[in-house]
Amino acid sequence: MSITLNVNGRDQAIEAEPDTPLLYVLRNDLELNAAKYGCGLGQCGACTVIVDGKAIFSCLTPVAVLEGKKIRTVESLGTVDKPGPMQQAFIENQAAQCGYCIAGMMMRAQALLEKNPKASDTEIRAALEPNLCRCGTHMRILKAVKRAGELMQQGQA
Amino acid sequence: MDDFADSNAISRRKLLGGAGALVVSFAIAPAMAQTPAPAATAPAAPAAPAADAGPTLPGALQQDPMLDSWIGITADGKVTVFTGKAELGQGVKTAIIQCAAEELELDPKSITLVTADTFRTPNEGYTAGSMSMQNSGTAVRNAAAQVRELLIGQAAKQLNVDPATLHAENGQIVGGNGQKLGYGAVVGNNILHVNAQPTSKLTPTKDFKVMGKPMPRVDIPGKVTGGQAYVQDMRLAGMLHARVVRPPSYKAVLADADTAGVGKLPGVVKVVRDGNYLAVIAQKEWQAIKAMRTLARSAKWTETPVFPEMAKLSDALKALPIEDGTVADSKTTATGVVKTYEAVFTRPYQMHGSIGPSCAVGQLKDGVTTVWTHTQGVYPDRDAIAQLLGVDKPKVHCIHTEGSGCYGHNGADDLAGDAALLAQQVPGKPVRVQHMREQEHSWEPYGPAMVTYFKGGIDANGKIAEWNYELWSNSHGERPGSAGQLISARYLSKPFPADVQKLKITPLGSGDRNADPGYTLPQKKVIWHFMKDDILRQSSMRALGAYCNVFSMESSMDELARLAGADQVEFRLKHLDDQRGRDVITLAAKNFGWTDWKPSPDRGRGFAYARYKNHACYLAIAVEVEVDKTTGRVRLVRANAGIDSGEIINPDGIKNQTEGGIIQSMSWTLFEGVTFDQTRITSVDWQSYPIARFADIPDSIDVAIVERPGAPFLGTGEGAQGPTSAAIGNAIRDCIGKRLTDLPLTRDKVMAALLA
Repeated sequence: MSITLNVNGRDQAIEAEPDTPLLYVLRNDLELNAAKYGCGLGQCGACTVIVDGKAIFSCLTPVAVLEGKKIRTVESLGTVDKPGPMQQAFIENQAAQCGYCIAGMMMRAQALLEKNPKASDTEIRAALEPNLCRCGTHMRILKAVKRAGELMQQGQA
Repeated sequence: MDDFADSNAISRRKLLGGAGALVVSFAIAPAMAQTPAPAATAPAAPAAPAADAGPTLPGALQQDPMLDSWIGITADGKVTVFTGKAELGQGVKTAIIQCAAEELELDPKSITLVTADTFRTPNEGYTAGSMSMQNSGTAVRNAAAQVRELLIGQAAKQLNVDPATLHAENGQIVGGNGQKLGYGAVVGNNILHVNAQPTSKLTPTKDFKVMGKPMPRVDIPGKVTGGQAYVQDMRLAGMLHARVVRPPSYKAVLADADTAGVGKLPGVVKVVRDGNYLAVIAQKEWQAIKAMRTLARSAKWTETPVFPEMAKLSDALKALPIEDGTVADSKTTATGVVKTYEAVFTRPYQMHGSIGPSCAVGQLKDGVTTVWTHTQGVYPDRDAIAQLLGVDKPKVHCIHTEGSGCYGHNGADDLAGDAALLAQQVPGKPVRVQHMREQEHSWEPYGPAMVTYFKGGIDANGKIAEWNYELWSNSHGERPGSAGQLISARYLSKPFPADVQKLKITPLGSGDRNADPGYTLPQKKVIWHFMKDDILRQSSMRALGAYCNVFSMESSMDELARLAGADQVEFRLKHLDDQRGRDVITLAAKNFGWTDWKPSPDRGRGFAYARYKNHACYLAIAVEVEVDKTTGRVRLVRANAGIDSGEIINPDGIKNQTEGGIIQSMSWTLFEGVTFDQTRITSVDWQSYPIARFADIPDSIDVAIVERPGAPFLGTGEGAQGPTSAAIGNAIRDCIGKRLTDLPLTRDKVMAALLA
């Protein structure tokens, strides 16, 4: 079927079977690398993106239910040359080892901080609970998210 | 683990793209080299430290002595560095660039780095064993220093001045009278195509501009902005997507599958069946997944129960045919023993658990099968794949492309094999194939299960008088190897047999890694009861046997200290002569606040130490845990580690790896064990194989580094795995007064101990 998805602020017409999870459309049809396949089960969060302000598992969400919704991926946060606050904070804190889980972490954290840029350490930990990291980069991820909140507040000031 | 499996000198092309021109240079077998070179055959095994004798070349220059195997400079001055090691998320790219930039007096940003590629880089075996810095880092650093001096020498000739008046500076050779020549202007014709010398004029630590500094990782900006960073992200023109249908259990035999029906599903290009090997190739990824599921549902398998009862795994391991090897024997008799401690420790099979299931891309073109793979060993994989396909080795080109962190031998090599096989089905077309989560969980080669036994004792002075240690373990190195080490090869209609594993006692260690205690003891005896037969598929996982051996031995040290009525830190120092070990112990204890620590009912503290492999990095760790005595839940609250990795290349890299090692080992230690029934693996997702989540993460982790200017690189990546496990076990013991000996130390076991 033909479907129009609003991804990172742009309407994109794609051809996909309606049960196709968003993840495969993002990665293969729209050639966006950030969201990753991790489990296909909603257990690890590597595929996390934001839909209408909420962090969701793109591996479990069929495109058929996404028309008219605003989908955002890490690619919307900034670029290598102009990293956004979340990306800047992860670079500053060198908050990656292999980095495979990081895009999912960033989007889940972004959804939290957009609602509450002053989120406490406890709130950040609780929000990130659905996302797994196997390299053990958690301490740096927590620091980076905290820092991203500060940068976002500075940006708004 | 064979880190240098093979160094047979096939021709290797180096393609240095520069200024629009393709400069091709060759570093070929010594017979064709311009200067005499030593025999091309690699030493039988990586040289163990302290075993060095004679004028050997530094690091991996021993295997590949030509300078232009490591450093290439084009006429326009562009510098390319070649390493046979691979980026696994440990930061090796950044560290290698730092080594080269320092000695070549270059801006790190100006260096192009080429990593593990069977057509382009040296054969450095596997990127494993925390040896990238000792081997490749040392080679690149020395090669870079020698290249710098060659460039200065050549510039001196061209300028007709004394080389002593010249120095290298930011890509130029600069003289006192204002002369300047770019590297490209002096590199000339093949002046780097010479053998390395045993000694180099290395930059002293005090003059470092790039090494020893926390240079940001070169790969992180791309990874946090959606760059194409992984093999999973590859999108070649015309690329097809494949999925395999693995058998439901190891010995399953395929009776029937609806290959014709699945072939008619939307997008399906080909359904592959070869014996018990099943796969689908489709236009789009989701089509491949749906076709895989339909094919899997249609498949009828005959299964055979082959596993022992999980609860009796230890007995089953010990019942396998055994060959004994002596790891250490003081050939002395214990005397004056007044108190003894003995215990059996166990470790279950544990998973690498990469967040991204393994993936590879294959393409057959012009008679060459190219495989983009996140394997730790492109050359060994090339050999295995050539055998699998029945072609000559030069007809297979393996290119390392990053994947999700692997922490050892995960499914990477298997998927490389799948990609190579499936590429043959659609000549010319690239094929991307990835494991599904349940496939990665059930088929990856696990960290081997182990059983250990300790019996030791102290004398009347509170010193250790007796140390006997035995371990029951398979080999921890079942990588390719031959084709039979790849899953696909075992299920073809003409299957390749798995390699027969042999008992080998080496300085590197395998199941016996770190089984020889590093303490000074009047009597010790260490035996490896080696099993060649597998129960579950297994191979190398971060730290190999060191994880369970250090857990067992440092738990035992804790008990011996208690028997002696001694402080844990003091007791270890009392038995350790190596000053560098003493320094990390003292540092970790001080930073933790060991002597001022106040006990409380729900908290315990634990300490552990080991020098990884007894010849690599030193690591000591003090931890505090919290035990919820109503549920048995243990949380690591904080950890202070002290580490000595020798000369520091990137202090932040050492910290990042060590923090990660501590958290990963904490996860293994508290939560992880592969489950199975008598036929199938039952740990098939993150529910059935839980690992640490944010709720389990400590409040703080501190890693302090001991600086050792001028010392050899010792590596870092695996140092924390063993000591962390023991420190946690010791802290639980401290809190609840009971010793837990069966990994993982789950809340059920803590509760059982509390109620006993």
